[in-house]
Amino acid sequence: MMVKTLKLPEMITEQKLKDLYKEMWLIRYFDEKVDQFFAKGLIHGTTHLCVGQEASAAGSIAVIGRKDKIVSTHRGHGHCISKEGDVNKMMAELFGRETGYCKGKGGSMHIADVEKGNLGANGIVGGGLPLAVGAALTSKMKKEDYVVLCFFGDGASNEGSFHESVNLAAIWDLPVVFICENNQYGMSGPVKEMTRVENIADRASGYGIPGHVVDGLDMIEIMNTVHEAVEHARGGNGPTLIEMKTYRWKGHSKSDAKKYRTREEEKEWREKDGIKRFKETLIDAGVLTEETAKQLQEAANQEIENAVKFAESSPEPSLDSLLEDVYA
Amino acid sequence: MATRQITYLEAVREAMSLEMRENNDVFILGEDIGVYGGAFGVTRGMIEEFGPERVRNTPISEAAIAGAAIGSALTGMRPILELQFSDFITIAMDQMVNQAAKTRYMFGGKGKVPMVLRTPAGSGTGAAAQHSQSLEAWMAHIPGLKVVQPSTAYDVKGLLKAAIDDDNPVIFYEHKLLYKTTGDVPEESYKIELGKADIKREGTDVTIVATAIMVHKAMEAAVELEKEGISVEVVDPRTIVPLDKETIINSVKKTGRLIVVHEAVQRGGFGGEIVSVVAESEAFDYLDAPIKRLGGKEVPIPYNPKLERAAIPQVPDIIEAVKETVKNK
Repeated sequence: MMVKTLKLPEMITEQKLKDLYKEMWLIRYFDEKVDQFFAKGLIHGTTHLCVGQEASAAGSIAVIGRKDKIVSTHRGHGHCISKEGDVNKMMAELFGRETGYCKGKGGSMHIADVEKGNLGANGIVGGGLPLAVGAALTSKMKKEDYVVLCFFGDGASNEGSFHESVNLAAIWDLPVVFICENNQYGMSGPVKEMTRVENIADRASGYGIPGHVVDGLDMIEIMNTVHEAVEHARGGNGPTLIEMKTYRWKGHSKSDAKKYRTREEEKEWREKDGIKRFKETLIDAGVLTEETAKQLQEAANQEIENAVKFAESSPEPSLDSLLEDVYA
Repeated sequence: MATRQITYLEAVREAMSLEMRENNDVFILGEDIGVYGGAFGVTRGMIEEFGPERVRNTPISEAAIAGAAIGSALTGMRPILELQFSDFITIAMDQMVNQAAKTRYMFGGKGKVPMVLRTPAGSGTGAAAQHSQSLEAWMAHIPGLKVVQPSTAYDVKGLLKAAIDDDNPVIFYEHKLLYKTTGDVPEESYKIELGKADIKREGTDVTIVATAIMVHKAMEAAVELEKEGISVEVVDPRTIVPLDKETIINSVKKTGRLIVVHEAVQRGGFGGEIVSVVAESEAFDYLDAPIKRLGGKEVPIPYNPKLERAAIPQVPDIIEAVKETVKNK
């Protein structure tokens, strides 16, 4: 059996590995589809795609439970899908439909699924970190025993809210895992120009907490590292800062000519594709065959096609709903 | 109800303590609120009763503690965040304006943020430009927030309970010069609904709508003016969001004259909104004189005590404004 050949956290069963492979394709197909619709002008507004970054979302969220929570970012479609998000509701939200996660009022940057523990994407860079600290505070004060995974980017690590939040979580030993998805650019700003240290995780020592750098395209390494941090947090030992080196294949948002990076660099990263790598690992371990891999990929594609149909056939919100839900 | 005299400051503390005894989800967080008792002493003695878990002393990190309050509220707690001076809301602005206020709407009605941000506002302590502002109009401008400005110890206690019970983010502005004022306050818990103005003094010649410390200045002016046969009605909105438009409009219909007084800088201040509400209402037809606004001068609050007093409306300014308004009575 494969589980003997791959060193993995206990909850990662053979079935879970297959599910994760499909989930990564769901994320990729979702965002590829969104990209196409934007290009065709079928969706308005803006969006931030995580094509290429599937592993950091899928791998991290794989090792937490249903009661655990996540705080996401503007590049958050993958996080939502991995936290058992409903791709129908997500696609409907991007289409601005009443059946969307936010009844068509939030759009790409504000998708949340509070009931499933997804405390929301966020349009403000670094805006989610303090919220994650607060959610972790509830866990501690009410003894609810859940852990919060707080996603943010390399850009957010230069916001004041990063410093304040990591310090606050550290001094209160809060059950939060700070996950920096370092995709090399804050919009157009290369991380090497915007940050003096080699690794953002090196900053962990400044807060007296553990810090780890992981290959953000290596599902196995991600799952093991996040699992360790989650256990650390659940044991009452406080936060960990994990940096995942990754890459976004697409531009920052729509209308990005990507003048700030070379096509060669893009090609190099694309060759390191996290999905392809995970497939090879699973085939080597005997979990997948080329055939089953193909079936899972196709099933993911079909789910996204169905989500599009759901979104397209859903009604627009009524104008009467404009003023609803400003106050509870 | 058994009442006794306590200070405005004690009323804040009492309202929090009563709620914290009733509901374990209510807790306070803020800078120096532990053994120090807070910048103005409001939380003195509370850490001894409730312990450091529920009276959480925080680092000087306004953005993170505001966000921690929001995140904890979103997940089931009812936090009370104390900011030492209302000026420091600037450092927590993203969290309050972009997160707390909008979370529910952005999420399509899912999730709620039942939190109170309590903070002392206003000038008069010689703390100068960065510790003396009245920025309530900023907050009142943001859909999703509620804004409270109590003027008396009685109102503090009832409004703070309502704010804590409310399922929305509420900004609760305490006026630092009012902390030592006293009033009759019932011992037991009671609630004053947010959005209900209070007619602090009935009158027939002119309506003064005043907020926070200006309620007291308007009352002083009213006593003086009564000696000259001018009858002043003083309306205290108590909460500017939601605003009790009806009480204000009815008062103006009765008196036919309106003066709005607040400490905040007049330009862009909330007084302009109150005046507009009246001008757009049926009370417009009842006006016998132009409406007047009295607000802070367009300057940062200065240090020198004489200059500091001159920067905001004082009792003689109110008396003069009333006399001008009623001169054709």
